[in-house]
Amino acid sequence: MGIFEAILLTIITAATPLAIAALGELVVERSGVLNLGVEGMMIIGAATGFAAAIVTGSTLIGFLAGMAAGMVLAAVFAALALGLAANQVATGLALTILGIGLSGLIGRDFVGARREPLAKIVIPGLSDLPMVGKVFFAQDPVVYLSVALAIGVWWFLTRSRSGLVLRAVGESHASAHALGYPVLRIRFLAVLFGGACSGIAGAYLSLAYTPFWSPGMTAGRGWIALAIVVFASWLPLRAMLGAYLFGGVTVLQLHAQARGWGIPSQAMSALPYLATILVLVVISLGCRGEAQGPASLGTPFVPDR
Amino acid sequence: MRLILERRDDRPTWLSLASPLAAVALTLVAGALLFLAIGKDPVAALKVFFLDPLSDGWALQELAVKATPLILIAVGLTLCYRANVWNIGAEGQLVMGAIFGSWLALATHGSPDGRWVLVAMLALGALGGMVWALIPALLKARLGVNEILSSLMLVYVAELALDYLVRGRWRDPKGFNFPQSVNFEPEATMPLLFEAGRLHIGFVLAVIVAVAAAIVLGRTLKGFEIRLVGEAPRAARFAGFDDRRTVLFVFAVSGALAGLAGIIEVAGPIGQLQPSISPGYGFTAIIVAFLGRLNPIGALIAALFLALTFIGGENAQIALRIPLDVTRVFQGLLLFFVLGCDTFLLYRLRLVSPARAA
Repeated sequence: MGIFEAILLTIITAATPLAIAALGELVVERSGVLNLGVEGMMIIGAATGFAAAIVTGSTLIGFLAGMAAGMVLAAVFAALALGLAANQVATGLALTILGIGLSGLIGRDFVGARREPLAKIVIPGLSDLPMVGKVFFAQDPVVYLSVALAIGVWWFLTRSRSGLVLRAVGESHASAHALGYPVLRIRFLAVLFGGACSGIAGAYLSLAYTPFWSPGMTAGRGWIALAIVVFASWLPLRAMLGAYLFGGVTVLQLHAQARGWGIPSQAMSALPYLATILVLVVISLGCRGEAQGPASLGTPFVPDR
Repeated sequence: MRLILERRDDRPTWLSLASPLAAVALTLVAGALLFLAIGKDPVAALKVFFLDPLSDGWALQELAVKATPLILIAVGLTLCYRANVWNIGAEGQLVMGAIFGSWLALATHGSPDGRWVLVAMLALGALGGMVWALIPALLKARLGVNEILSSLMLVYVAELALDYLVRGRWRDPKGFNFPQSVNFEPEATMPLLFEAGRLHIGFVLAVIVAVAAAIVLGRTLKGFEIRLVGEAPRAARFAGFDDRRTVLFVFAVSGALAGLAGIIEVAGPIGQLQPSISPGYGFTAIIVAFLGRLNPIGALIAALFLALTFIGGENAQIALRIPLDVTRVFQGLLLFFVLGCDTFLLYRLRLVSPARAA
């Protein structure tokens, strides 16, 4: 296996959790809700997923538990931001703080535990192809899931009737309400979907990306996922591209650190965060003057009878 | 039958005082349930958490020491959030203030020249925080870059910069390779208020800042501009206020206050530069700002309460072996309850039958 192929494989593993979390948040934002709690839902998914996998010995149950934990936190967010029309920015921040605290409590008995990372599905024959074999035909199931998710979200938003209604709710909740669509119920389902995605993305970190749980292991990935949604201009396939771009930056800085090159390791570690800011700047330059994002994004909605 | 939210016509004053108190009470109830869930006696745990830190003079001083950075940062964030500007990177601005101010403390180490060193350090600290805050502010005002994401990303960058300095250039050569700077000279540390204890003049400074901010926000044209831009941006534009200048102003002030908090922490309770200089004051201050109902004097009171959770958390860890993460859970729950209770200032819950709702 060449160095190029090795780098490509690690980029895929680094990009997958970013892609899943970003796709979930993309659907949430398309429905007009800004959930800044992605980081909190991811880390609770990582802690719960790892704990459940250690206790039951099943990676699948680990992923399901991580997904459920993400959905529970998302439901708490929905109760406040949708049910009580609370400020969405502040509620999302509360969710992140709560998630980081709870993940420490849940994961505390599992620090130091290790388990085999998620097995890869190797397709015999095809995976032996030179260069592309391992990259396309020997990945773990969640990598395939993330690709399916991107296509699924794209199809749902652009080709299905329910997706059209969801986008209408996100563009103008008052009009959608006047047409008789249940604005809050649609948003609630979107927020739950986002929580499930973030939970899976977090569980992927502790069950596949690394073979252990450590406190604070998401290290800002939830926030980077939020930036990817902006980078993607709220388009699912572009979000996939963005996730791979950021995955690439993460992996390249790791390889650069391993080689030295006389650059302080901290400067290399700062690269993904600086790249996020740079990307936001470039995107803003690209669409100056135009409205960005769904029109109702972040504004609370209280139905009047 | 179902519950609906109905807009209130009036906004009674007693309700805006009762709302944060109700949030605190709900947090205590939720906390008791949390302690039960992890198998601790809830009454004993709540006593260690919220009453023991108030028991004697020494503990009260410690409370004020912990509240000092929270007051400074939360007052700045209050101005930001009132203007509908979302600076959530105060933690990074705190770190950058500590770096800027410590530079002078280390440069004059061994030959300090009177008290001006400390004054200059505080000024540099405020400058450092301001510079760091102006990056997301300029990006937002000039290019429309989302300030939530850019200010948060700079937290990680600032923390890595601090890590680099204390492990490299600024490490104490006689420090047995520990990643920390030399201890600051007495001239470069915050003077104590009392002979015994750790309370320093930073607390007095923080109280003055809170009062000054309350006057600016409530009684001056600048304060009116901030509130108007936040509540009615279109009206503010018609009134001739430049909302981009408001963004720069509130970011600059809140960054300077966070930077000041950072250098006060380093020159006060810590006394040297370390890889980690804050247990998340910059993030906790967000909760302080909301618990204080986005009012500088409210922030002053709320900061004392959240300082209590920090000290209570440390005590509970020692006395009852309750993990420190409980503090963060408490703080997250508190913010939830604050936001939830605030809804009832604007709306009341009404039970309606389906027939009438139709």
